[in-house]
Amino acid sequence: MTTLTKEAGAPVPSDAGAFLSVRDLHVSFRTEDGMVRAVDGLSFDLERGKTLGIVGESGSGKSVTNLTILGLHNPKFTTVEGEILLEGRELTTAREHELEKLRGNKVAMIFQDPLTALSPYYTVGRQIAEPFMKHTGASKKAAWDRAVEMLGKVGIPNPKERAKDYPHQFSGGMRQRAMIAMALVCDPDLLIADEPTTALDVTVQAQILDLLKDLQQEFGSAIIFITHDLGVIADMADDIMVMYAGGAIERGTTNEVLRSPQHPYTWGLLNSMPRLDSDLAAPLAPIPGAPPSLLNPPSGCRFHPRCTFQDRVGGTRCTDERPLLAPDRASACHLTAEQKRTIFIEEIKPSLG
Amino acid sequence: MKEDLVLPAPREAAAASSGDPLLVVEGLTKHFPVKGGFPIRRTVGAVQAVDGIDLTVHVGESFGLVGESGCGKSTTGRLITRLLEPTAGTISYRGKDITHASRKQLAPIRSEIQMIFQDPYSSLNPRQTVGKIISGPMEINDINPEGGREKRVRELLEIVGLNPEHYNRFPHEFSGGQRQRIGVARALALEPKLIVADEPVSALDVSIQAQVVNLLQKVQQELGIAFLFIAHDLAVVRHFSQRVAVMYLGKVIEVGDRESIYTRPRHPYTHALLSAVPEVNLAEETEANGRERIRLAGDVPSPISPPSGCRFRTRCWKAQDKCAAEEPPLVRISGNHEGHLTACHFPEDPTIEARDEDIVLDPALAALEEELGEGTGD
Repeated sequence: MTTLTKEAGAPVPSDAGAFLSVRDLHVSFRTEDGMVRAVDGLSFDLERGKTLGIVGESGSGKSVTNLTILGLHNPKFTTVEGEILLEGRELTTAREHELEKLRGNKVAMIFQDPLTALSPYYTVGRQIAEPFMKHTGASKKAAWDRAVEMLGKVGIPNPKERAKDYPHQFSGGMRQRAMIAMALVCDPDLLIADEPTTALDVTVQAQILDLLKDLQQEFGSAIIFITHDLGVIADMADDIMVMYAGGAIERGTTNEVLRSPQHPYTWGLLNSMPRLDSDLAAPLAPIPGAPPSLLNPPSGCRFHPRCTFQDRVGGTRCTDERPLLAPDRASACHLTAEQKRTIFIEEIKPSLG
Repeated sequence: MKEDLVLPAPREAAAASSGDPLLVVEGLTKHFPVKGGFPIRRTVGAVQAVDGIDLTVHVGESFGLVGESGCGKSTTGRLITRLLEPTAGTISYRGKDITHASRKQLAPIRSEIQMIFQDPYSSLNPRQTVGKIISGPMEINDINPEGGREKRVRELLEIVGLNPEHYNRFPHEFSGGQRQRIGVARALALEPKLIVADEPVSALDVSIQAQVVNLLQKVQQELGIAFLFIAHDLAVVRHFSQRVAVMYLGKVIEVGDRESIYTRPRHPYTHALLSAVPEVNLAEETEANGRERIRLAGDVPSPISPPSGCRFRTRCWKAQDKCAAEEPPLVRISGNHEGHLTACHFPEDPTIEARDEDIVLDPALAALEEELGEGTGD
């Protein structure tokens, strides 16, 4: 129990800088069709105990970013450039055995599909106990007890008995709870949750999201929460980063990004998503076109082929020059700050209802 | 993408009388046998996927069917299109009983009831060109439209917002959203009166979803085609359907017009479902958006041995002895609008406003929240 209750929200030395810091990350894969530039110049920071939500459509590079943080990419076909600093330690050049010490210990991950992420061959209890034994050197007995304790913590009824079950004997929601237990067993400082509730039903999703939020308060982990669902991110994240075609295009606090978004893509996302209280008479306003192929991404601003605000910028800036994302609250778009504000207030906001 | 659709003149039948029942389903049941035992495999039980549901879809109406996975909504769709053989109950289409109609008897009706599938990748034959896929239904039914099938296919491609020049392309040359449009074009090829759309947008990206929803809505409104819209996304169903039925474990537990279901739900499960939808709150105030918060415990029970009486009772906070003993009938409860039926012994108040106290049934969640204290005001 002692390891469980870490001094929640313990003051972090502010001079240490961000807990996780990604600087100008480029990840590309060699495929038969050519180089896929999955992540292209991404930078962000994450503080201890905070939740960063990454939203984006499929192929925007959000999952690749996080697999790279954990070093789970295949080095044979992947080129990684840039820096990933975890507490000042460089991860992109770290050796495999160093990363092994991190994974499941300091940094843990929750995957989208718990049935494929759990091994069908071992009991749930053993799978949870294993990283604990490996990282803390605890005995088999102690690790098993810890696994049972964690299962109870995440709300598996009768954890003593259920720990002896195999994953297929668990329901979808319970498997995801077991995954959370496994991720939290070593009390990680950073938890990466990659679409953890996408495969679940809404009522179960609501339970899991609330559980994650409450566990975070207790464990004090930082979370990177990846999803394509803006509703989920609104519920979970402190800060939001919107990704499109391998790069971040907007960032800010949850409130800023959702209440006064500044990028045409974010406007498009908000506009194309029906809500429970949206105006029924108005048709949805989809983003025209389809996400670009990363084999051959568009020149200049990646979003320009689908953007309806290009003419407001004028000239050929959108097609020639890639807009940069400034640190803190910012959006990568050539529109001026004034334009962004007035377009959102006058044209976008009314249609959101 | 083309925004203006070129639409053929509306057909007389659709224009005739919207409001008449097109499809009436009564007591529809589908039990899948569960085999087991060794060495002789016997039927040892049944998955009660759909267990006695009543539905009516009117001419030109879009009827939404929502529920969580395993509640039987897709099975219902497949029963109605007769891709599955019902165990019991009746399906009548325009007054004609088609529950156990033979292949021959069904042939003329099949062309009027079409289906759109969830996965745009597995529902198109990769070895056929788009032209072949879309003209397939016409070939089978020996329909020769004016100007030839190819002309009609090009017309259909234009209706769904694809380039008619792509007639000779193969499915792999299209993106997911475009493939779904091909599926829609195929469903429209025979000028159907009813389209069963089984999760037509859930496999698509958010920005593409809206394109397809808009297309379906246009088709529905301008061609007067009735839709049975099956989806798990409550916001999409609300946007698309005039009437909505909520299913739970093989039963319809609440049905009514959209307004009633979404703002004045009576069944506790409908309340729980609506409160669980994660929403972007665009209002300025920082307060949570004033919706009630209900967190159920656990998952949906197995449909092999569903709970007695009310099927929701094992997860319901209002359950009493009566719920286990007696199955609640799907009826109009006092205070409900016309046509709003609820199957519950102890219905909730017709509001979705936040309650004085959140309902948190999940034991782990409740324990954590207790521990973290109410003082945090979270």
